[in-house]
Amino acid sequence: MNRGTRRPVSGWRWWLGGLLLIALGGCPHTAAEDNALTFWTIGREGEAIMQLLPDFERQHPDIQVKVQQLPLTAAHQKLLTAIAGGSMPDMAQLGNTWLPEMATLGVLEPLQSRVDQSAVVRPDDYFISIWATNVIDGTLYGVPWYVDTRLLFYRKDLLAQAGFDAPPKTWAEWRRMLAALSHPERHVYGILLPTNEYDQLASLALQQDDPLLRDGGRYGNFESAGFKRALRFYVDTFRLQQAPAITNVEAGNPWSEFGRGVYAFYFSGPWNIGEFRLRLPKDQQQAWSTAPLPGPDGPGAGEAGGSSLVIFRPSRHKPAAWLLIEYLSQPQVQQRFYQLLGDMPPRRSSWNGAALRDDPQAQAFRQQLERVRPVPAVPEWEQIVNEMQLSAARVIAGEMDIDEATAKLNRNVDRILEKRRWVLAHGNRAESTR
Amino acid sequence: MNPTRTAWLFLAPALTVLGVFFLLPVIAALGLSFTDYDLYALADVRNLRFVALANYWSLLQRPLFWAALGHTVYFVAVGVPLSMATSLGAALLLNSPLARWHGFFRTALFAPVVTTVVAMAVVWRYLFNSKYGVINTVLGHFGIHPVDWLGDPHWAMPTIILFAVWKNFGYNMIIFLAGLQAIPPALYEAARIDGASSWRQFRHITLPMLRPTLVMVAVLTVSGYFQLFAEPYVMTEGGPLQSTMSVLYLMYDEGFEWWNFGSASTVAFLLFLVMFAVTSTMLRLVRRGDET
Repeated sequence: MNRGTRRPVSGWRWWLGGLLLIALGGCPHTAAEDNALTFWTIGREGEAIMQLLPDFERQHPDIQVKVQQLPLTAAHQKLLTAIAGGSMPDMAQLGNTWLPEMATLGVLEPLQSRVDQSAVVRPDDYFISIWATNVIDGTLYGVPWYVDTRLLFYRKDLLAQAGFDAPPKTWAEWRRMLAALSHPERHVYGILLPTNEYDQLASLALQQDDPLLRDGGRYGNFESAGFKRALRFYVDTFRLQQAPAITNVEAGNPWSEFGRGVYAFYFSGPWNIGEFRLRLPKDQQQAWSTAPLPGPDGPGAGEAGGSSLVIFRPSRHKPAAWLLIEYLSQPQVQQRFYQLLGDMPPRRSSWNGAALRDDPQAQAFRQQLERVRPVPAVPEWEQIVNEMQLSAARVIAGEMDIDEATAKLNRNVDRILEKRRWVLAHGNRAESTR
Repeated sequence: MNPTRTAWLFLAPALTVLGVFFLLPVIAALGLSFTDYDLYALADVRNLRFVALANYWSLLQRPLFWAALGHTVYFVAVGVPLSMATSLGAALLLNSPLARWHGFFRTALFAPVVTTVVAMAVVWRYLFNSKYGVINTVLGHFGIHPVDWLGDPHWAMPTIILFAVWKNFGYNMIIFLAGLQAIPPALYEAARIDGASSWRQFRHITLPMLRPTLVMVAVLTVSGYFQLFAEPYVMTEGGPLQSTMSVLYLMYDEGFEWWNFGSASTVAFLLFLVMFAVTSTMLRLVRRGDET
């Protein structure tokens, strides 16, 4: 309509215009769309959260949450692209090994002041090392949502047959069991360690006193005695034919092979509790259990993995995002989350619910979680740990020996960290400039 | 309006599109390859360093780049002749007057081209599984020891080549078929009257008449095969032990996995130089062949 001519507006136009206004203003959906809290989840968590959200939205009718599920394989790329393009969500689930990278980019909202005022999120209730992975250079950027660590799944019946009435506590004990349970001529092995998965070797390496990087994450420390000890133990398992040298692509269906006794141990994470319950026949459910990792001389440390909830700095809905984080951090909500998905809660009080407390297969994880250690908090960690695993696979394949592989690995890691050294020396960190 | 200006006017839309979506990104990528653009630079532009040719220099010193180039050349050197021979063979069979159900076979043999790489790669991964795969089961009936197709660094690339040839030969087959159908039947009739065997007909009529088609298909296939990526990405993730890591895969890893766009652009330009050298050598050889 041309306002300049000031033609009288006929009745039907008023009517139509009014209807349009009602449609625009009245429709709660359209209005809330601009105001909706966007939440990016990664992997299966997105489905489970859809069942937790109705309660939250009932408690906070003014907040509408829009969940977008990213597949794990595309999540990293999508996040970085969103950051480069300035179209970040309000909040997201973020693997705690990705936190240092996002913190370096300066896109995460520091959360300490909100935690200080919160009645729900109480840091001392969280597993210490898990909480620590969210603190980068002294600033808190995330609240742990669920935890993940790798430990041993084992066949109780097979161990008993071989004369062992308890899972191993030390590497020496573990080695004896692996030897007794491996019969490579029948294609039966003590353990499955897919040669393209790095978490197993990383867990063994974290049990050592030597850190994996030195000088504040400026150089690799893979020629240390500790890492070599871990690598030697790992590689020996293949050399002694106690594990088949295959990748997880060829391992195909490890669950049914575990059930058939092809492997007596399986070194994996919490989601496999659900998988084994689902995939193994009923009469075998009593035959398996979980155990904390054995260490070089006594119960060993594990990897402090898991995902956290973060808020992005440009978000216009930070208070709403924080309310959702608080809601998802409540012990009873975390217990429901565990029942839906098997994702383990990061809070000790959440573990006191019946579902987790009375579950012997979950309890090993609780013991392990008290003894986890974080991986080095550098943005390049994922690239470094991939290099580490590749070196290990080369040693397993007999392409090089341990000294040669670790020397080469250190050189590669130092090359990867070159830019980090330069940035640290010149002080252009994103946090310090904003 | 003079004719030159009219011509430019008509070209303008196409040139604009090419300029914005092709030329500009290429120039930007060339610029990036002289810097160390990465995560830190994304965080703060002061972390961006101009490094001139340092990216190229360090890449040429990285064993992984040479390994990736070696794998790619292996894939091209074995895959292209195999793929072209398969396409030509299939086209000859389809063009033969003895063949029945032309339409059906043409569609069936072309079908792999229109399937998605990812879905097919997953199927092939099952077929080639070392323990439960059909291929090893069938080979087992002939007393052949199971082969770890995708897990053995020596076998992974041949398996990928087989997959790529199966997936792509239908496309060139159609082009060859069109070429074959354009050969005047009179030539074959004359040859038959002279008593030429079918091999001599193929050698002295089909191949020479098909020469321009062969050259075009060879150049296109070589440049296509140099850009090997999707097959190893889905089937082996570049493994085992990086034995199926191609140059383009290295570029993807550097750029999109680790966000080192400086060195990723460098990989892209080095691959371009290699492909340019190879295809222009091919064309020069063809031209020299034409002259003699």
